[in-house]
Amino acid sequence: MFAPPGEAWQPVSKALVTLRRAVLMFWLAVFAIAALVAGLLLVWWLAVVGLAIALVVLIWGLWLIPRNWRAWGYAERDDDLLVKHGVLFRKLSVVPYGRMQFVDVNSGPLERRVGIATVQLHTASPATDARIPGLPPDEAARLRDRLAALGEARAAGL
Amino acid sequence: MATVGARATLSVVNGEERPGEEPPGEELAGEQRRDAQRQVKRRSGAADPTPAHFRRLHPLTPLLRGWAWLAAAIVFGGQNAVVSGDPRRFAVIIPVVAVMGFGFGFASWWFTRYGFDGDDLRIDSGVLQRRSRRVRMDRLQAVDIVRPLAGRLLGVSELRMEVAGGGESEAPLAYLSVDDAVRLRAELLARSAGISADTPEAPERQVHEVQLDRLIGSTVLSGAFMFGVAVFAAIAIVVATGSGQVVIAGMSGFIPGLFAVGAALWYQLGRNFGFTLAESPDGFRIRKGLLDTRSQTVPPGRIQGVALRQPLLWRTKGWVKVDVDVAGYAGSSSSPQTSTLLPVATYQEAISVLRQVLPGADPASVPLERAPRRAAWLRPIGWFRLAYGADDRVVVAREGVFYRTLMIVPHAKTQSVRLTQGPIQRRLKLASVAVDTTPGPVDAVIRHRPELQAREILEAQARRARLARRVDVPERWMVTQRGGVTEGDGIPPASIGDRSGHGVARPFEGQGSPSHDDSG
Repeated sequence: MFAPPGEAWQPVSKALVTLRRAVLMFWLAVFAIAALVAGLLLVWWLAVVGLAIALVVLIWGLWLIPRNWRAWGYAERDDDLLVKHGVLFRKLSVVPYGRMQFVDVNSGPLERRVGIATVQLHTASPATDARIPGLPPDEAARLRDRLAALGEARAAGL
Repeated sequence: MATVGARATLSVVNGEERPGEEPPGEELAGEQRRDAQRQVKRRSGAADPTPAHFRRLHPLTPLLRGWAWLAAAIVFGGQNAVVSGDPRRFAVIIPVVAVMGFGFGFASWWFTRYGFDGDDLRIDSGVLQRRSRRVRMDRLQAVDIVRPLAGRLLGVSELRMEVAGGGESEAPLAYLSVDDAVRLRAELLARSAGISADTPEAPERQVHEVQLDRLIGSTVLSGAFMFGVAVFAAIAIVVATGSGQVVIAGMSGFIPGLFAVGAALWYQLGRNFGFTLAESPDGFRIRKGLLDTRSQTVPPGRIQGVALRQPLLWRTKGWVKVDVDVAGYAGSSSSPQTSTLLPVATYQEAISVLRQVLPGADPASVPLERAPRRAAWLRPIGWFRLAYGADDRVVVAREGVFYRTLMIVPHAKTQSVRLTQGPIQRRLKLASVAVDTTPGPVDAVIRHRPELQAREILEAQARRARLARRVDVPERWMVTQRGGVTEGDGIPPASIGDRSGHGVARPFEGQGSPSHDDSG
């Protein structure tokens, strides 16, 4: 239902998984170290509980991240862009090109490290949810230019 | 191939490119570049001197603006004087603050000038850091004339131009003499409509007037007023029956009660006093206010969505209030105040006004279809009120048992459509469709539809929005050379797959026809 067949669904880059795993592991490592320190300084079981929590979150995260990655997708149709995402809370947005006000391409230091960027479409409504993370820079630039051109061609006022 | 930088932002400009305007990105900050309205702000005073025909604001402006500073200085200085018991410093500080305040006010007034430069309104301001701001007339969303109490006494008013994407009212001209403000508004609207700038103000026809007795009735029947009365009653009981400290505690509740009643009175009664809605070729004109008066003009095609609301206590009287989304109003702090189309009206009156506000649409006759019974798992009480309907002009979403709402969004104003489904909805094979509009009080969400139907609604809404946009009122609404702007016909009939055919004449009262269920 959220990915109707017949549309040319494009997946996002696998590097998104790498990035999210790395971020998750980093924060879990910080948490685990904090738990260990707390265990050494205060009571020993704090360390055990902390490490157990870290382990559970790690396993859950490692399972969830690829699933979430698979849920992301976008399709360029003739008149609008489709973006889908979410596993538990699923979302599918339809944004007509003519309603687009501007396009953002963002790439933070970590994203650049793994070679991905985020493209976001904005309409006059702040509720519009058309963000595509994890695009290779070439694809992001192509999408940006294409969306800009289509937005110009189909431009409508407010 | 442009590589993606750390933060590359590309602005896509909706609409035609204007000659003679500097290319975007020359010296504009990213924040301003986002502004789709392209209010070009320039910081170069010397390079682009203010044309000679530009005018200044009303000479009383520094006085009106300065008194607030003076009042603050008196309050803080006075407090300081009382605490320290030394009034000499106070006596020195106050004249200094007064002179400085009015000095700055005068300088600011002297350096602020406005006028038409080409087709844009340009406002140059700033003493040390010069700022030049342009307001594009074809993107004007609304023009308001606000007259605060002090301004009314001195015969001056403030002119506010609302544009989409702006935060606080982008370009307030405070203060102008009353005649100047009215004349400038007429010129703004004429230029915005695309006709000769010296066209006199268009004639108007009154559409609706809110009678004082009804306004008072609606105020009394509001939740805040009732809360205040309840608090007073509770205090009276406590004071009558209790003793000693209990009475003191009870009396302390007096203040919040007073606030609640005061707020209710002020919001509904004071602001909407003498409310009139009129129609003119310039759009809709709203006049209201008891102490501060406000006169709003919303040009045709600027209304992005309409919400009918009915608080519980109004139901016996059959009253509703009507709020509208107008791009530009939402960003300002007075949004709840400016977004009111009708503060109180009967349902029939509201519907007849809606027919004029949304030409070609008849929200009352849109057949509504109820959410399926299993939505009761998510909405035990309200599920049978959840309904939606669409015709070829508008989409309607109904919600609420105690506080009833009816959201109406013209297809031509749909910004985007979203399909969402949470985990419980998935178990029940339900999904919701949100129809996004510009920020404001209208928030149309078609909740808890059967999955496959929700998917159809999504596609149909996207299609209808696309078709409707082609024949929408143009931004320059008097310029009609854009094919098919005539009302009524010429609209390609959007194919609607989900029409049940059972007409329900009164969406607010009716139950709607039972839903098609796709999962047997």
